[in-house]
Amino acid sequence: MNLSAWWVLALFSAHPSTQTLSGDEILRRVDENMFSDTRIAESRMVIHGARESRTIESRSWQRGTNESYTEYLAPARERGTKMLKLKDLLWEYSPSTDRTIMISGHLLRQSVMGSDLSYEDMMDDPHLPNMYSAAIASEDTFAGHRVWVVDLTAKKEDIAYDHRRIWVDQARFVPLKEELYARSGKLLKTIDIRGVIRVQNHWVANSILYKDVLKDGDGTEFYIDSVTLDAKIPDYLFSKAALKR
Amino acid sequence: MIRFLFKGLLRDRSRSLFPFLTVFLGVLLVVFLQAWLNGALSSLVQSTAHFRTGHVRVMSRAYAKEMDQAPNDLALLGIDSLIAELKGAFPDFFWTPRIQFGGLLDIPDEHHETRAQAPVSGMGVDLLSPDTPEWKILNMRGAIVRGRVPRGHGEILVGDELAGKLRIQPGDTATLISSTMYGSMSVTNFVVVGTVRFGIVAMDKATMIADVSDIQQALEMDGGAGEILGFFADDVYHDDRASAVTAEFNEHHRAAADRPPTKSDMFSPVMGTLRDQSGLADYMDYIDVFSGVIMGVFLLAMSIVLWNAGLTGSLRRYGEIGLRLAVGEDRSHVYASMLAESLMIGLIGSLAGTAAGLAIDYYLQVHGFDMGALLRDSSMMLPDVIRARITGFTFVVGFLPGVLATFLGTAMSGVGIYQRQTSQLFKELET
Repeated sequence: MNLSAWWVLALFSAHPSTQTLSGDEILRRVDENMFSDTRIAESRMVIHGARESRTIESRSWQRGTNESYTEYLAPARERGTKMLKLKDLLWEYSPSTDRTIMISGHLLRQSVMGSDLSYEDMMDDPHLPNMYSAAIASEDTFAGHRVWVVDLTAKKEDIAYDHRRIWVDQARFVPLKEELYARSGKLLKTIDIRGVIRVQNHWVANSILYKDVLKDGDGTEFYIDSVTLDAKIPDYLFSKAALKR
Repeated sequence: MIRFLFKGLLRDRSRSLFPFLTVFLGVLLVVFLQAWLNGALSSLVQSTAHFRTGHVRVMSRAYAKEMDQAPNDLALLGIDSLIAELKGAFPDFFWTPRIQFGGLLDIPDEHHETRAQAPVSGMGVDLLSPDTPEWKILNMRGAIVRGRVPRGHGEILVGDELAGKLRIQPGDTATLISSTMYGSMSVTNFVVVGTVRFGIVAMDKATMIADVSDIQQALEMDGGAGEILGFFADDVYHDDRASAVTAEFNEHHRAAADRPPTKSDMFSPVMGTLRDQSGLADYMDYIDVFSGVIMGVFLLAMSIVLWNAGLTGSLRRYGEIGLRLAVGEDRSHVYASMLAESLMIGLIGSLAGTAAGLAIDYYLQVHGFDMGALLRDSSMMLPDVIRARITGFTFVVGFLPGVLATFLGTAMSGVGIYQRQTSQLFKELET
């Protein structure tokens, strides 16, 4: 699937400076290091529901932050389902009905394949500096890494999460943990990065646990099994016509 | 004596007309309101049972905790064996699975793109089994407005109002966009074969009905259902029996107390009654209390009015009563004759008021009163045409306030008779 959230791609390009950085500077460095021009990935989601766990496999193509195309590979019921995101529009194609449904309005709040992620999460602008101002809350050690604990406050009103707290690895500029809050201050979701690998010049989080704290179950594990960065992706993939191919 | 008093009442209308009219109107209102409230409550209970809760309802324990949201991720699985168990243990009920679900009904154009879309509140019901009780319970054939009933898989009925809003006809394809029991988006095509109107505003504007097996497939609920409903064979809710069955079933399926609760306990079945699960318990109690309050208020108001009328009458009949006492009539006899007069007025007024109230109730029982405009935004399972319901109690309900009020009014106003001084009577009469 297309996991467009910015922390999925961790780019480690510059050597981190130990000089004092402001919250906004840290956020900018994290953001800078996250993105590649394109990304092709095969991934698995293991969704731990209240009743049982299910695994969803997908292949996704992403160009920049505005275009992505995902095809589901397993289980059998989901095979052939495709999803296309172009800027702020999202469509899902269902092969059993031969229908392409635009996902908008309250459908955006629905879970993606029953996971702890919503379509709304996918539609957020992944460039955090565009949406949040940042301030360092503290420095700490997390999972054996020195981290900055950074509080993000929304610059706009129409943002899904009004407030975020992230734990940023000081050495790699990769977020290792994140908490997402509503405007009321209520914790809505947590994200734990459990594994980070080096791909080309990027650090990529390849094992992540999402937890919607308002949902039953033990969260959704997300694994990237293979990833290629900066490969050429044909234009036709990012069109509605590609959904029915 | 009674005849004498009755003649007196007829000849002196000022003594009888106003009390009679007071009793007549009061009793008329009591009789009318009793049957009207009874009818409204019965309609509400029946509609709620048929469309939402059954007379008893079996769900998983986890589902029961959030039943207002119909959380199908917490549905019962393996329902065939559970229904077989229920049929064996409680053969005096009809048992039938239901799946309540929400979603969007999306109507495609010729290019398979969305032409129209509306939210639906759907029900998966057993439409295709040969012995299904649902046709009768939901009065499906009577509710058809256009088209026909589903005869095969993939066929659905939609509310006539919804069909009008989406501009669809029988034979059109509609796509249900909903959530599977695992939370994935579900997109399923159906053919609309008919439109229905149940006369319940909350349903007609957003309902979609499909066979339960089609919904199981669409929502990935293989062998599952959110609810299993039980209906009494006579389609009348019997609270005592429902409570007994519920207690027996829940005792049989209760979690073992000697170990901590497990995940499977969450999904073990639990039964509840219509009264407990529909939120109607408070409403039913409220109606009972409300009916009592109405009767009490009328009784009090009529008593005060009639007391006042009695006082006025006593003043007007001051001379007559004085003369009767002066010529030696016993105070108790005068008092008793006035009470007897009041009883006659009460009885006649109650009879007339009951007859008039019953006539209005009968009209409303047959024709009903269309409250659709008032219920347009209601989410209650209340039919838009409310009918009165006459029962045996309706025939007698007016007599207690009717007779008692006149009696009490006269009893209070007549107390003054005992305060008249016999020695002063002739002097009073001379003036």
